[in-house]
Amino acid sequence: MHEKTPPRGRLRQDAALSAPPARRLFLRQLAGSAVLGAAAGAAADPLPVPDSAKQQGKPVASSPYGQPARFEANIIRRQSPGLTRTNQSSIAFTPLQSLFGIITPNGLHFERDHAGLPDIDPAQHRLAVHGLVAAPKLFSMDDILRLPSVSRLHFIECGANSGMEWGNAAMPTVQFTHGMLSCAEYTGVLLSTLLDAVGVDLRRGRYVLAEGADGASLTRTLPLSMAMDDVLLVYGQNGEMLRPENGYPLRLVVPGVQGVSSVKWLRRLEVGDAPWHTREETLHYSDLMPGGQSRQFTWIQEAKSVITSPSGGMQLLDKGGYYEITGLAWSGRGRIKRVDVSADGGRSWQPARLQEPVLSKALTRFRYDWVWDGTPALLQSRCMDETGYVQPALRQLREVRGTRSIYHNNAIQTWQVAADGGVHNVQV
Amino acid sequence: MYRFEGLALALALFSAATPAAPVWHGLGQPLHAEEISSWDIDVRPDGVGLPAGHGSVAEGQAVYDAQCAGCHGTFGESTDYLALAGGVGTLGTSSPQRTVGSKLDYATTLWDYINRAMPFNRSKALSPNEVYAVTAYVLNLNDIIPADARLDQHSLPKVEMPNRKGFTQQHGMMRVDGKPDVQNTLCMKKCAPAPVKLTSQLPAGFATQLYGDLEGHFRRFNGSAPAVAISLSPAALAASHGCLVCHAPQQSKLGPAFVDVARRYAHTAEATTLLRDKIRHGGSGVWGNAAMPAQTAVPDQDLAQILAWILSAAPTP
Ligand code: HEC
Ligand code: HEC
Repeated sequence: MHEKTPPRGRLRQDAALSAPPARRLFLRQLAGSAVLGAAAGAAADPLPVPDSAKQQGKPVASSPYGQPARFEANIIRRQSPGLTRTNQSSIAFTPLQSLFGIITPNGLHFERDHAGLPDIDPAQHRLAVHGLVAAPKLFSMDDILRLPSVSRLHFIECGANSGMEWGNAAMPTVQFTHGMLSCAEYTGVLLSTLLDAVGVDLRRGRYVLAEGADGASLTRTLPLSMAMDDVLLVYGQNGEMLRPENGYPLRLVVPGVQGVSSVKWLRRLEVGDAPWHTREETLHYSDLMPGGQSRQFTWIQEAKSVITSPSGGMQLLDKGGYYEITGLAWSGRGRIKRVDVSADGGRSWQPARLQEPVLSKALTRFRYDWVWDGTPALLQSRCMDETGYVQPALRQLREVRGTRSIYHNNAIQTWQVAADGGVHNVQV
Repeated sequence: MYRFEGLALALALFSAATPAAPVWHGLGQPLHAEEISSWDIDVRPDGVGLPAGHGSVAEGQAVYDAQCAGCHGTFGESTDYLALAGGVGTLGTSSPQRTVGSKLDYATTLWDYINRAMPFNRSKALSPNEVYAVTAYVLNLNDIIPADARLDQHSLPKVEMPNRKGFTQQHGMMRVDGKPDVQNTLCMKKCAPAPVKLTSQLPAGFATQLYGDLEGHFRRFNGSAPAVAISLSPAALAASHGCLVCHAPQQSKLGPAFVDVARRYAHTAEATTLLRDKIRHGGSGVWGNAAMPAQTAVPDQDLAQILAWILSAAPTP
């Protein structure tokens, strides 16, 4: 299956030749002879002409619904062995270590189901809207696709993302420490448009119950004020219909709020005047504090960031030299304002570059040029959002919230780069 | 369920208040109260939404033993799925045990969840009376109501749960403009004393044991990483396919210990085929009365690896 031995050369040399001018300049400065000195090459053999350049390829539309290159077959969602008791109420994590930019490909969006993956025929699917509304209604998917639509980029993060790390380092890679996180362009109808169309009673209505059509009929309470603000009734994800794993044919997306509120396979919305206290907002998805009280309705995902490369489990190819540090930052309260990076475990920090677009309640990509001196390093990122909130250290979070809350761990993540180039999840 | 469904008053109020409704307001079909009744199953702490019905602890035990105990344990103690009893008083300790008995603030939530989501593999199969009964039984397993108790739509909301006062909404995460409880600063230099000490690391070998070779989790173009093979150890495969919920390498759980399986079939020809078919179709009687559900979701090559590991006579975790 493999191509023949690739032509002479290492990733870094090729990068040096094809890098854009700014980067090339930087690399040249770096080169200062020692590191890249060999790149110009002493050997004079002509490069082999690859087979692909001598043959006809496959016809177009050989793959009518395109798939990633076969060499990408290991870039997949993964379950963490032993984390959950069943494969139905379980989690598949997004491989953040292998993704670029801010959009999560649809096939890699994280998946959390509570009673397995239902198979829903959109022709049969209905959304019921009732309760404190003037005109209770039943919508078919055709009805919903005819309503005025919007497209917005948002992240969805499970409230339990990084939850295994409260007490100690527990997961080996960023896929498992932070991979209950994805970001997509969602298309659908503003929930306010729909609630308006059924004559929602804004005087007495205070809350909305959202219910899924899966075996768990998962239910969550939303405040009506939030529902009338930026909540979306979504059918489109990154240009196509939602994938079954992400709620086909209809789901809520509640921007900036823990993922469980973005109820998948949505079949019912009910407007009421008091919260429902469902299992997923009392027994679970509530944050246990020292002393035994639980914080309930912890909806908002506070600002958080993580370096996705280099990150846990990676092996740096060269013992020293240029590495781009890159990662993601996001806030449930709005835009990311800045990200700083540390290579010494948080003693000193340098600002990272933010990649445009920087959108509210969406992932933001950051980058930082790092020249590794080959000695052990501790990489961290720390973000600040537009409210001025600065992402806390794990120690600071623990002082207030202890280690048993499971949910809402938005601490600064530390990756240790060992002298041999191995990268490991550690806590400081 | 909401108390005042589709009020005529509200209708009057809103059509009066809206001058000319946008054109799309005509989309969707009117939804009648009788139609929504089969979907409108939610129950609130004040009891709104509970259907008429009743059930006793004793009746609940019969339902429970037949339909729940297999997964949750005879006394609700099973941690293979979730324990349904125990943990009262532990939430403030260093090993909190979260169960419906120790953590819920309202018994209505227990009723609502069982009614909508249990039994896990056939949800919504219970009648209202069965849900009242089995709810009563689970509450009794937690010593919250006595063994002779009987619950109905009036008494259930009045059950006093041990953690009734255990929740707070005094925190900054309910609103987008809420006040955060933890603050960091934008310190740029000399932010921590040197040297920075590590407080936690993964134990050596842990990641490989659980996840197999991590190299396969990364993109590599230099020819050293396998493009296709995603290698999990057989033990990790068995865990990821849920086998270890009922089996363990050395001890018998609901299903036999894998060492015992290896021993039993050491001299059986075609053991692999026989066991593969058994696992695919499920069944009981070879090791006792407990049944193995049909394991249909495991891909062939994973099952082959798991079986080879089981039959290797000395499976280790
Ligand atoms: C096939 C196995 C299975 C059967 C049978 C089953 N359950 Fe469950 N039960 C589960 C699983 C798995 C969960 C966790 C689901 C989740 O986390 O989303 C669960 C969760 C629960 C919970 C919530 C516990 C918690 O701490 O969150 C209750 C209550 C419950 N079950 C009651 C019952 C009752 C009552 C019955 C019988 C009528 C029953 N179950 C039958 C597997 C089962
Ligand atoms: C819900 C619990 C459960 C799960 C999940 C489960 N098993 Fe079993 N397994 C059992 C029980 C119970 C038996 C005993 C059946 C009998 O006595 O015939 C059993 C028996 C077996 C046997 C011996 C069969 C025989 O006839 O001697 C093998 C091998 C086995 N299981 C492998 C697996 C593998 C592999 C998986 C995962 C793909 C798995 N089991 C998942 C409960 C389970």
